[in-house]
Parts: sequence; C-alpha cells; structure tokens
Amino acid sequence: MSDHAHSSDGHGGDGHDFAHPMPVSMLLSVFFALVILTVVTVAQASFDLGSYDVLVVMAIATLKATLVALFFMHLAWDKPFNIAVFVGSFIFVGLFVIFTLGDSDMTSDSFEPKIDEVVPMVAESN
Amino acid sequence: MSTAQADPVSDDASHGEHGHDHDHPAFLAHHFDTPEQQFDSGKLGIWLFLVTEVLFFSGMFVAYAIFRNLRPDVFVGSSEFLNTKLGAINTGVLLFSSLTMAWAVRCSQTGEHKKLTGMLAATLSCSMVFLGVKAIEYSHKWGMGLLPAGTFFYDPANPHPTTDQLETLGFTSGTAFFLHNSLYFLCAPFLIVLLGVVAWLILSIVKGNKFQTACAMPLTIVCLSFFGGVGLGVILESGSEEGHGAAHDVAGHHGEGVAHSDAVPSVIDDGKVAAPALNDDASETSVLERLATDSTNTGLMSDVAARQAQASVASGAVVRGDDTNFEGGISEASANVLTQRQAGKFFSIYYCMTGVHAIHILGGIAVLVWLLIRSVRQDFNSRYFGPVDYVGLYWHLVDLIWIYLFPLLYLIR
Repeated sequence: MSDHAHSSDGHGGDGHDFAHPMPVSMLLSVFFALVILTVVTVAQASFDLGSYDVLVVMAIATLKATLVALFFMHLAWDKPFNIAVFVGSFIFVGLFVIFTLGDSDMTSDSFEPKIDEVVPMVAESN
Repeated sequence: MSTAQADPVSDDASHGEHGHDHDHPAFLAHHFDTPEQQFDSGKLGIWLFLVTEVLFFSGMFVAYAIFRNLRPDVFVGSSEFLNTKLGAINTGVLLFSSLTMAWAVRCSQTGEHKKLTGMLAATLSCSMVFLGVKAIEYSHKWGMGLLPAGTFFYDPANPHPTTDQLETLGFTSGTAFFLHNSLYFLCAPFLIVLLGVVAWLILSIVKGNKFQTACAMPLTIVCLSFFGGVGLGVILESGSEEGHGAAHDVAGHHGEGVAHSDAVPSVIDDGKVAAPALNDDASETSVLERLATDSTNTGLMSDVAARQAQASVASGAVVRGDDTNFEGGISEASANVLTQRQAGKFFSIYYCMTGVHAIHILGGIAVLVWLLIRSVRQDFNSRYFGPVDYVGLYWHLVDLIWIYLFPLLYLIR
C-alpha cells in the first residue's frame, strides 16, 4: 500500500520514504497500557496514602504522558531537535512552578485569611 | 534535502518556472524542495506551537498548585462534588480518541483513504461524547450553585433550588432561568449544528452529490455522538443522584450532633472541617453520605461510618473541651461566608482549567472536520500526510493535559 502511494506521485527518486507508519499492534498495546494506568489511578484514590498521594498520582500521570508522547506523538522516532524543543518546554514549566510556589510559600500568609482568624467578627458585634 | 540527487522530476521543476507546470505534485508548496522538507518544516512548526500550549496551560497548573498548597482542605472537600465516574469515563473516551487519531495518522501514511475517514470520524465522535458528558457535569453543578468564587451559592440544605429561590439569592430572572435549565442551553448549539448537518446530508443526497454525501454522513454520526454523551452522562449522574433524598433525611436526624474531631481522617487538626464548601457539620455529613453511596468512593464509606459514630457520641453530651467551634453562633456564621468563598475558588480553578481544555477540544473538532473532508477528497498519501500528523500531535497534547487534569481535580483525597 505504502509503495503504491509512494510511486503514484512520481517521486520515487530520493531513496527513502520519510513516512514511518506505527504498527497497529503497538498502538493498541499503548492504548491498553494507558487504560490500565487510568484504572490504577482511580483505584489508588480509594487508599489513603497520606502525603505521598500527590506524588503517586503525578507519577502515574507522568508515566501515561510519557507513553502518549513517545508512541502516539511519535516522539521516539522524531528528530532530536524536535525532542529537545518539546522536552525543553517542560524544563521551563519546572522553573515556573518551582519559583512561583517558592515565592507563594514565603508570602502565603498574606494571601488568604485563615478561618480561625475570624474572631474579630465577634469583637465587632459588641 | 538536496534536490539535485537523482530526481529528474524535481530537478526539472527547480530549473523551470515554478508556478504552472504539473511536473511536481500538487501538494508540494513551491517554496519547498521536497515533500520531506515540507513535512519537516511543518513538524517543527507544530512542535513550537505545542510548546506555547504547554507553557500556557502551565500557568493554570501553577495557580492550581498555589491554591491547593494554601488550602488543601478546600480542595479535598470541593473535589468530592466532582463525579469520579464521569471523569473516568471521559478519560477513557479521550484515550480512545487518541488511539484512533494515531491510527488515522498511520492510515494517511499507508494511503488507506476509507479507513482514514473512519478513524477521523471515530476521533470526532469521541470528542463529541466527551463534550456531552462535560455538558452534563457543568449543567448539574450550575443548577446546584457550585459556581466560581463570587457566584457560588451551594446550600446543602437545598442543593437543587427552584428558579424562584434563585431569584431570592440575587440573580436576575434570566440568569436564574439559565442556571436552572443550563443543560438545554448547552445542548442547543449542538442541536442546531446537528439539524444543519442533517439538512446538508438530505440536500446532498437529493442533489446526488456523492462527495458531499460522503462528508455529511460521518459528520451526522459525529453530531449524534454529542447526544450519546449527554445520555451517558445522564445515566451515570442519576445513578449517584439516588442518594440525595435519603441523605437529606439522615441529615435532619443528625441535627447538629456531629462534632469536629481530630480522630476523623479528613478533618484538619485545628478543628477546621475538611469540606469547607458546606455550611455546617450536619449537612457536611449528608453530602459525604450521598457521595458515599457512590460505590467507587470506598474510602468515604468508612469515613461516613466514623462520622456517624462520632455523632452518636456527641449527642450523648460528650463534648471535647478544645472544640471551640462547636457552639455555633457568630463565629460560625462568618466562617460560612469564608468557606463559601473558598469553595468557590476551587470551582473557579476547576471551570477555568476544564473550560479552557474544552475550548481546545472544540478547536480540535474544527480542524478534524477539515481533515475529514480532505480525507474524503483523498488528499493524503505517504508523501503528504503532514496535516493529519500535525493535528494528531495537537490532539495528543490535549489528551495529555486531560491526563493531568483528571487526577488533580477529580481524585483528591
């Protein structure tokens, strides 16, 4: 099929075909892996993992995201430059998150009144 | 990328007048030497676009992280209003649409035109099911007053207010009518599009236009899928709705009996309740009970059991000395105002993130329809599949964002 389309446009000449069709079996196994990981994510929400909760959830999500990126987005066979561009964006996301959260941790007291600090309301009503 | 090598056709083209000859394929733009160069340029372009998308969404994830860090209890409590079943179904639907999209890219590369149209139609149908389920989720929350900060009016004693009751809350009659019937408003645009597509289909059949019929037929199925999604959402949402009435009765019996306690896992140690969306402890229990009727929330069931045990102890006048919030009064009333605002903040973030994501789905639908029509025209082949590949990358990124959104919003404990 591929050869047919290849030759039909009259450009058989330059040696190699740049299309890289993914095998259907690979697509299906990636899909089922993603579904299983989704089930795992939903299931783990029933257990109280304490402070590791967010870490576990993010780890599973990142694993799923990696599967999608490598296979569905074809990143595993892409040009190194494209990989650098895309993965590079996450470095900047990391910087963004770390700096902003660090800043918010240092200033959070002024962000929101705490519920227990409501006592002045009682004083006002006197 | 050198054109000079052993390719008489393109060699010819590069020497002659570029515009009007037919010796280079129609899909190759004049400013590119080879189809591969054209593909690689487009690919770099779409990756750069995806980078801007990632950075754009990261802003919202940072907002989420800041507010969750500040008030983890608000997020735990408010998240329980989100239906995990609907979220999980939508995750599955999006993952499946990613599969069909990746498969569509394969079909475009191998030149299987019929299958390509089918795969694109399947991707579109999944996106419509996703939006249909989303419409149920949104309209259900709007009717209950689970709205962004400022408009949030959820009252656990009366979770489904009538239009008149909404007007007493300060809404205009128009807004109240919209909030009460929001599902119809959300469905209306899709119904209009469905009717338009069906009219187009009938017209194209009558006129005998084969091409337009081949386009309109899959698109009719795509539009119908939205209402399939709505139906799916109604069924799943009504399943969890059954608990409502019973839970309210139970809440009445408990009265104010349920005390704050450090012993209950989801209660914060200084006596604040983990679900600040709620006005008082009794109704918090009722909401928890209602949520616990959902069999997916096994953890909540034991939580509710613990709270009920607590309630019986409290009604036996066993009051802990350090429970200063227990007596109610003015301090409790003002706490309600604050907690309402803060629950509203969770929903601000929820609507912002899922809403922007839904807008991306709508954008994806628009370009997928364009691809579907081109695939019926058999535009794509092993040398020219770029558009399918680029839209596929965008679609996978939208899926990727949902992969993070789902656990972060729906599965907080």
